[in-house]
Amino acid sequence: MEDGFSLIFFIRWLHVLSGVMWIGLLWYFNFVQIPSMPKIPDEQKPAISKVIAPEALFWFRWSALSTVVFGVLLAGMNGYLVDGLLIGINTEVARDTMIGFGMWLGLIMAFNVWFVIWPNQQKALGMVAVEADEKAKAARTAMLFSRTNTMLSLPMLYAMVAAQNLF
Amino acid sequence: MKNPLESLPTTIVMGLVITVIMVLLVQAIGS
Repeated sequence: MEDGFSLIFFIRWLHVLSGVMWIGLLWYFNFVQIPSMPKIPDEQKPAISKVIAPEALFWFRWSALSTVVFGVLLAGMNGYLVDGLLIGINTEVARDTMIGFGMWLGLIMAFNVWFVIWPNQQKALGMVAVEADEKAKAARTAMLFSRTNTMLSLPMLYAMVAAQNLF
Repeated sequence: MKNPLESLPTTIVMGLVITVIMVLLVQAIGS
């Protein structure tokens, strides 16, 4: 740290930058875009579904992945990756339990992004051709898992900030 | 029955409840 540079701190900065973009876009979808769609006239809806949403989803899913990659690197470099994944059951250290909950919630959320929300959004937005019924079903599944991630983002962020500041 | 996740305020309340449960679990497991 004498030279003012720490690799661990740099990785943490990248982790936070990626995380802000990920959760910022998640909250944009849930607090702004989804509630606004019914208020938008049908002829204007393609501006969202064909232009804005695909672009937002691009940054959304890749920032989710980079948040996880930098987070795992950070935990490994700090030496608490295994203790965190075991939620501190092995160490009985509260900080390991707290960061562990944050890590697992983040991993579940990233899994939802890549393996539930993104595949269903591709169908819902017409990027993958499907029948109308399946399109509607995919849109609902994507919305509910996006809401699930919004719900989980509250304890996840609490755990991340608390592990860093309360112990 | 309507899924509670369809409501944004309910989603936030459930997130807060999970947060409280998580804090209690941290106290139970980690100390």
